[in-house]
Amino acid sequence: MNQEKLYQTPSQTVGPYFAYGLTPEQYLYNFPSIADGNMIINEAVKGERITIAGQVYDGNGQLIPDAMIELWQADAEGNYAKDLSLFHGFGRLGTGTLKDSKFEFSTIKPGPVGGQAPHINVILFMRGQLTHTYTRLYFSDETEANDSDPVLQSVEENRRNTLLATKTIRPDGVTCYVFNIYMQGPDETVFFDV
Amino acid sequence: MNQNKRDWEVQPPFLYPEYKSTVLRAPSRPLVPLKHTLSELTGPVYGHDLIRPYDNDLTLNARVNGAPLGERIIVAGKVTDELGRPIPNTLVELWQANAAGRYVHKVDQHDAPLDPNFFGGGRCLTDSEGNYKFYTIKPGAYPWGNHPQAWRPNHIHFSLFGNQITSRLVTQMYFPGDPLLDYDPVFKGVPEKYRHLLISQFDLGVTEQDFAIGFRFDMVLRGDNETPFENR
Repeated sequence: MNQEKLYQTPSQTVGPYFAYGLTPEQYLYNFPSIADGNMIINEAVKGERITIAGQVYDGNGQLIPDAMIELWQADAEGNYAKDLSLFHGFGRLGTGTLKDSKFEFSTIKPGPVGGQAPHINVILFMRGQLTHTYTRLYFSDETEANDSDPVLQSVEENRRNTLLATKTIRPDGVTCYVFNIYMQGPDETVFFDV
Repeated sequence: MNQNKRDWEVQPPFLYPEYKSTVLRAPSRPLVPLKHTLSELTGPVYGHDLIRPYDNDLTLNARVNGAPLGERIIVAGKVTDELGRPIPNTLVELWQANAAGRYVHKVDQHDAPLDPNFFGGGRCLTDSEGNYKFYTIKPGAYPWGNHPQAWRPNHIHFSLFGNQITSRLVTQMYFPGDPLLDYDPVFKGVPEKYRHLLISQFDLGVTEQDFAIGFRFDMVLRGDNETPFENR
């Protein structure tokens, strides 16, 4: 193709007022959301039911109440969804509606994808970020798979734990993986040049 | 197949101290390189039933007792990759302030009137040629707390989801000739040479006779990593 290459459109911050446009139902605006924290479309979908919960912290250790988190994940067989009948694989939440700026997704545990350990792709947006960040969530109870995951192993050893979601069983019996995101500081989350 | 990486010559940095909120929210460590896998080269699929009639017409989608106030405009353009190839079925979401510079968002406490007939949110999917079109009201400028006399230029927020999570884009579209652009640290976070890419063009081809003036805003998402004819 004998054509001049075009420049990528530069990114700009999502700003403080994204909620009514991108996560309207969660914030109780009268406009339908394209995705939310419930990633299971049909209860017939196979897989272990889990909750992904966490908080986002700034460089002063303060909770960030106006971040937006998007998840993209495979189903229990390790396939990315091509239709919307059972499982979308995509979730989107702001941190502005739950106590203590929490996010909480209901989903299924993904299976391994093409030789990689089970993981969830995370995209993070917020006021104060001119460009979004990408990270990955791995599961604390997948030690063996994690040890041979090429992406996780490419991260320096002492930072790998920032990508591990910690398994807990809640009093109500729900399996919850806790994944906190630290923008800066000694526990700064690993962000990828995706 | 791989996808092109973000072009850091064009994209704004994480830390841009003139925009004060970046200081505590920018990652301080370098990004870790990642070779693309199926996880990065896939993305959510949306059905056409996702879009309702009038979702791309912000002058109609929230009427209560009349038309929204302000200057009616049309914003249209094409979404392509870096080789100019159209990207159909891209989810384009948009949100903006009303003509008085006020957002519907509950956190926005700027002392300007809300418009009962204007919500400010909309969405559409690009067609087979990558085209999108919105009818809306020209948004007003509004003050913010970044520095004394800080005013955001008129702008419209855009969120795009193409075929892969790698090409995800959230950006803002500005209007030609806006004097506030020279003072806006969000806009100026983009390297100077590429800021013009965020300014829409007045376009008679988009303008509709006796109805509304049009602005053209094309957007370029990351494409496949083929070697293009380099001429830059």
